[in-house]
Amino acid sequence: MSKHIILGAIRRGLRRGPLPEDQAMALRARMTAHPRHLIPARSRVPRPEQIALFLRNIEKEFGTFTRVPDLAAIPAAIADYLAAQNLPTDFAMAPHPELAAIPWSERPLLTQRPGRAQSTDLVSLQHGYAAIAETGTLMLPAAPERPTTLNLLSDTFMVVLRASRIVGAYEEAWDLLRAESHDERSGGFMPRNVMLVTGPSRSADIESTLELGAHGPRRLHVLLVDDDPTALA
Amino acid sequence: MPNTKPRVALFVTCLVDLHRPSVGFAAIKLLEQAGCHVEVPRAQTCCGQPAYNSGDRATARELCRGLLDAFGGYDYVVVPSGSCGGMLREHMPHLFDDDPNTSARADALAARTYELVSFLTDVMGVKSVDAAYAGTVTYHDSCAGLRELGIKAQPRALLASVDGLKLTELADAEVCCGFGGTFCVKYPEISVRMVSDKTKSIAATGADTLLAGDMGCLLNMAGRLKREGSPVKTRHVAEVLAGITGDLPPIGEGRG
Amino acid sequence: MHINSPKFKANVTHALADTRLQKALDFTRPSFAGRRGAAVANLPEFEQLRDIGRDIKNHTLAHLDFYLETWAANVEKAGGHVHWCSTADEARAAVLKICQDAGARTVTKGKSMISEELGINEHLEKHGIAPVETDLGEYILQIRDEGPSHIIAPAFHLNREDWEESFRKVHTDLPADRVFNERRDILTEARTRLREKFLAADVGITGANFLIAETGSSVIVTNEGNGDLTQTLPKVHIALASIEKVVPTLEDATSLLRLLARSATGQDFSVYTTFSTGARRQHDLDGPGEYHVVLIDNGRSNMLGTEFQEMLRCIRCAACMNHCPVYFTVGGHSYGWVYPGPMGSVLTPSLIGVDKAGHLPNASTFCGKCESVCPVKIPLPKLMRHWREREFERHLSPQSSRTNLALWAWFARRPGFYRLATRIGAAILGRLGRRKGRFQWLPFASGWTDGRDLPAPEGETFFARYAREQREKNS
Repeated sequence: MSKHIILGAIRRGLRRGPLPEDQAMALRARMTAHPRHLIPARSRVPRPEQIALFLRNIEKEFGTFTRVPDLAAIPAAIADYLAAQNLPTDFAMAPHPELAAIPWSERPLLTQRPGRAQSTDLVSLQHGYAAIAETGTLMLPAAPERPTTLNLLSDTFMVVLRASRIVGAYEEAWDLLRAESHDERSGGFMPRNVMLVTGPSRSADIESTLELGAHGPRRLHVLLVDDDPTALA
Repeated sequence: MPNTKPRVALFVTCLVDLHRPSVGFAAIKLLEQAGCHVEVPRAQTCCGQPAYNSGDRATARELCRGLLDAFGGYDYVVVPSGSCGGMLREHMPHLFDDDPNTSARADALAARTYELVSFLTDVMGVKSVDAAYAGTVTYHDSCAGLRELGIKAQPRALLASVDGLKLTELADAEVCCGFGGTFCVKYPEISVRMVSDKTKSIAATGADTLLAGDMGCLLNMAGRLKREGSPVKTRHVAEVLAGITGDLPPIGEGRG
Repeated sequence: MHINSPKFKANVTHALADTRLQKALDFTRPSFAGRRGAAVANLPEFEQLRDIGRDIKNHTLAHLDFYLETWAANVEKAGGHVHWCSTADEARAAVLKICQDAGARTVTKGKSMISEELGINEHLEKHGIAPVETDLGEYILQIRDEGPSHIIAPAFHLNREDWEESFRKVHTDLPADRVFNERRDILTEARTRLREKFLAADVGITGANFLIAETGSSVIVTNEGNGDLTQTLPKVHIALASIEKVVPTLEDATSLLRLLARSATGQDFSVYTTFSTGARRQHDLDGPGEYHVVLIDNGRSNMLGTEFQEMLRCIRCAACMNHCPVYFTVGGHSYGWVYPGPMGSVLTPSLIGVDKAGHLPNASTFCGKCESVCPVKIPLPKLMRHWREREFERHLSPQSSRTNLALWAWFARRPGFYRLATRIGAAILGRLGRRKGRFQWLPFASGWTDGRDLPAPEGETFFARYAREQREKNS
């Protein structure tokens, strides 16, 4: 009932009836084409500069990163990072095949627990789907192999990201998702949840002064895998 | 320059007429120095802004209609106020949106109307004035002039040519002084607090003189400065540019 | 939320005398404007993006029925539920029913201004369900039983001592020797307490910054991560969204997101921008089992087709209040309802009636700063002026000011009489004020002279002097 009341009120305000079919078709075509608007020039730069822009923005937003040549170098990089921060060596890990394929046995002191995160987890490791250089933003779509709780519950949030998955602007990241994702339930490409994460959790609610780690992670650490030859300066 | 001087009508404004006529004469002097033929149409009164901003559109319209007649036939209409200038340029035409017979005249008047200082620099190409002022001044950017008419660099450019004058910029020069037309008497507590913030910034500059281009703001700021016992002198920018400060006491100061 | 807007003037007097509030306002003021300024300076295309943002919103509003129906169909395709509510009563009932159906006892909440507008918390409490605000600022306000004073920094008017005092009042198991010397200590205490609430909640309620027609998604933007924990951990997620939140595509939302954080907090992008589409999918390891959107009109459709339609572009960034000299003089509570500052001065009369909110659009100097920073270019002063016109037409403005205005207008329409009257007035005042150059008191002018002197006029009007000089020149 209320649906008709609301739509009727809207149409009265707009001084027309339901949209004529030709106009509705034009609007559907606009959605199908989903045209881009202006994309800021800052990310329209050659690949190596794009990667550098991404990393600069990660640091600007209080994140940190380690650059590694391949996935095999990840265990050592994580071990070093956790030791330097004086953090425990066990962590919750996304059950993603790329992460499972990492040679963890080379660092037996590291303990991975694949699955979603629990509130007791101090450290988590997520699989980075893509990232946006424009603002140093990670794109993390929910999936069975990429649980959302990993992004939120731990104190220290680590993300493995391949350099080839860094794009300049958000629009390019949406294009990746449109091309690569298919949801059986909706018939569309949107997973249940897509988080765009830019830096660690923070709040300025107490005396207008920024503090990190409000409800989510206090630290965000990106492990950047240099798999993109064009991205190397 | 063509030999024929542009015919300029001076729109005096209510506050200059009633309160600070010397600003009107300063404007005439500056316009004549710039090569204009200046007239002051007698049929003018008010731009209607007090009515317009009080929600009384009908009265505002009626007063503006009077101005359309008073200021017809001039090359330019020049006004020593960003606020009244903004009213004529930005708002007045819309009062006649539903009146096609008047709308074109209103648009034409709006397009010919300029605030004094920006008219001198932007239209007449004035680069310097023949005036002297011994003192350190600071400048408040009145809201309508700044945001409706884009007046910011023009007064500073001309003040730079005044002999002996030193300008020190005011922190928060672009923040409203709290005048706001009838606002200042409808919400005096808010208005007084706002102008007190302004006088604090003025004091912090160390300037001995405060300048601005709008009588409303000037009366408000001068009134507060005097209430606080401040020695800072307050003047309309045209007084300094026209070099008439010698025999004219600052706003809010007596002859003895 | 209780309506205090008719008492605006009394609220202002109270706020001006509140030294703690004034200190917080003075402390926060430069940082709000400074951060936005720096972010905007860092993006040369910002002004172009403002035009784009305005155009996207205008396009959507012109086809609002179409985009809402498209959005709702896509929500349902993704397994979500849409509850269309034309009034606040319907919305409250819808939220309560979802909570009751889920057997909910506690409900966590992300920050949502429309929840304040609807009074969701009071309604749930009345029916035995405990709502817990999880945004740090909203959490402390809930403890103190206060409304927000700002739409994105709801508790910036409180200081560290206020936080400690409130925590000690409700966290009764706190050891007496527990210290709160640092902001970090306060944060840790709140984080620990709220983490328990997140895990225990049966339902999570968030707002929505955008709805996306193309995908049936709702979008929330936060920095703390509380909104994400609220919508991820419980078995049911309810998003509250008003009808004007919808935009056609992800690309449209993206352009608006480029404006939002920069305008709001001066960040290039907020920490968490999250797109939710339907409920947990078949093999997901986490996420809510049910996803509901309560879609609310509550007076907004009445604004379409009126001079206030442009207000529906608002993306609630707070740039207008962050740059408003009146807001920073009186604080957010003075405005007396949910939405303070310039955007509230336009929106509040639309939602609760101009008879109750009449002061708000009048308490502006029309300095124009708000319009100059609005990311979707809403002409806020113009819209406030339209409210003044409605008040004038309906004879809601005070009689004294109407009489003064009418008297002045009578003279201003008659140049001859006007000259005579101003000549006499200026001569009297000029004579009286000649020596000192100003008045400290004048009859009927206390509004001016209570806080400032009134500079005296020169004495002769411009027109009198001009006529005299012309005569002298010609003789």
